[in-house]
Amino acid sequence: MLRRLACSLALLCSTALPAAAPAPPTAADAALIAGVFTPPRAAPDFSLRGSDGRTLQLSHYRGKVVLLAFGYSSCHEVCPVTLATLAHARRKLGAAASDVQVVYVTVDPERDDVARMHQFLALFDPTFIGGSGTPADLAAVRKQYGITVTRHDTVDGYVLAHSSFVYLIDRRGMLRALMPFGHGVDDFAHDMGVLAKEKG
Amino acid sequence: MNVATGTTRRQIALRAAGIAALLLVTALTAVALQPIRAPTHEQLFEIPKGTWARRMAGARVEILPAELHLTLGVRDILVLHNLDDVPQQFGPILLMPGQTFRMPFTMAASYQFACTAHLSGQMSIVVEPNPATPWARLSWRVNNYLRSGRWS
Repeated sequence: MLRRLACSLALLCSTALPAAAPAPPTAADAALIAGVFTPPRAAPDFSLRGSDGRTLQLSHYRGKVVLLAFGYSSCHEVCPVTLATLAHARRKLGAAASDVQVVYVTVDPERDDVARMHQFLALFDPTFIGGSGTPADLAAVRKQYGITVTRHDTVDGYVLAHSSFVYLIDRRGMLRALMPFGHGVDDFAHDMGVLAKEKG
Repeated sequence: MNVATGTTRRQIALRAAGIAALLLVTALTAVALQPIRAPTHEQLFEIPKGTWARRMAGARVEILPAELHLTLGVRDILVLHNLDDVPQQFGPILLMPGQTFRMPFTMAASYQFACTAHLSGQMSIVVEPNPATPWARLSWRVNNYLRSGRWS
């Protein structure tokens, strides 16, 4: 009788327990200003044409901190701000800047070939690598990262409204965090520095 | 005699109304002046296990409100926790099963997301400025009560 009561109580307790609470962030994650994923997952890899003339794959940059963002060279509002911020933040790192790679993937394959991406990104930082490819390849990459793009026709062409988050990928290729648009140089430099100090 | 009694009663009623109004204003001022205290800055939203399966079975399951409200300095860290068996997407945030995403907000704005956790496919996160003035605090408390049923 007592055993049955104990079993019933145990069953009641187990069903009454709340769902697993979210795992607390690690100390390293808590130090980041950006939004963090717990636990992190591997950043989806891709294969695109790089603005340096080579194949662009995230896995090539294993061992470095990668800041991955999406945009296009004809963007007049969001992309120049993001790229200038990233360039400035990277310069602030000093010697550690060589451990950080910015990868910028176009959302506008119609206009952005690799030559144009190279020219555009060099305006901000010659080390930035751009990615382009077929519309299908780029759409597949966007899907993996949840990037949305909406085309709006204008009198002299079109503009693209696109997600403006920057993904922070650590030296092991793990997608650790995501910085929304609007954060300044100091926030990016801080988080780049935190990730750069980690071992690969 | 009757006129005098009527006047007295009116005066008493007016005085009582005045005192009540004064008490109400005092109470509102006291409430408004108090700083808003929150035990945590985190606002947790969970996607329950089995959500996807129930959707596939034809149930109209709405997990999160279409509009999430955060307030700078009070509750300004969004925590999304996916307890379901399949990945769920909130705009650029792709959450694997069991994964959590913590996003601190520092700018008041309205953020629009495409979101698979919503039947409409859309979600808004409204980040309101810190209620710094007494009137803003009172307004925030009333709105928060209307939204959540809790007085802070």
